[in-house]
Amino acid sequence: MLISNTQEIPGKTVVEFFGVVSGSTVRAKHIGRDIAAGLKNVVGGELRGYTELLAEARGEAIRRMSYQAEEMGANAIVNVRFATSSVAQGAAELFAYGTAVRVE
Amino acid sequence: MVEFSIYLITPVMFLGAWITGTLLERRHFQDLLRLESGAREILAVTIEELPNGWEVQDCDLVIGNVVISQDYFKRIVASIKGIFGGRIGVYEPLLQRARREAVVRMKEQARIHGHDTVINVRIETSALARARSDAKGTAGVEVLAFGTAVTLRAGSRASIGPGGGVLV
Repeated sequence: MLISNTQEIPGKTVVEFFGVVSGSTVRAKHIGRDIAAGLKNVVGGELRGYTELLAEARGEAIRRMSYQAEEMGANAIVNVRFATSSVAQGAAELFAYGTAVRVE
Repeated sequence: MVEFSIYLITPVMFLGAWITGTLLERRHFQDLLRLESGAREILAVTIEELPNGWEVQDCDLVIGNVVISQDYFKRIVASIKGIFGGRIGVYEPLLQRARREAVVRMKEQARIHGHDTVINVRIETSALARARSDAKGTAGVEVLAFGTAVTLRAGSRASIGPGGGVLV
């Protein structure tokens, strides 16, 4: 699966459009990480636990999106966008969406 | 004695957070300079379409993210400044650090995949959890940088020019 945030896959031509595909996941970090982040929050700096959590979750959203595109018979996703929203205290939704296409 | 120690905790925490936070910030800026010079050979541009004559071999979506938070002292300062409005200088370096870090990580990913250029770079910022009005609670901000990493065909890169890179 070729994934790109450009209009077209560079160096290839789009031959068929399949429509919008999306994947999302809602994640909350476990209490251990929460406490560690709370302590780190006093002195500031990178909250590594959260960085990893969001990277993992975004990976999961992309996997779900690719799976959906595969089901449609597409071989690439173009114009991928990301959205993040915090749905509750300590939980965030990671959403990835794009257009499934077939390229040659 | 117990009551007295409670009165002592806040100023100590305040001062400790300020000193540690400032040192961490300075160290991070030094690290960033080192990382950025390491990633300089990867060109990152916000344009989407490559000018004529540039040929692409291969592409991949690359992502760099970082969650960063402000120290307790600067959060208090910001909340006080927020009453009067105007420029809140203590938050500017925080976001700058986060953006530069996210871009460097994105470029690092491009390098791991064996690409030399990242096109259509987008940078997004989102507040993960808002600090409560008393400046407690986690106040993390996430910066996400993503783009399409491409490998330009040998020879075509010469026309890009020296150095190069996205400036944040």
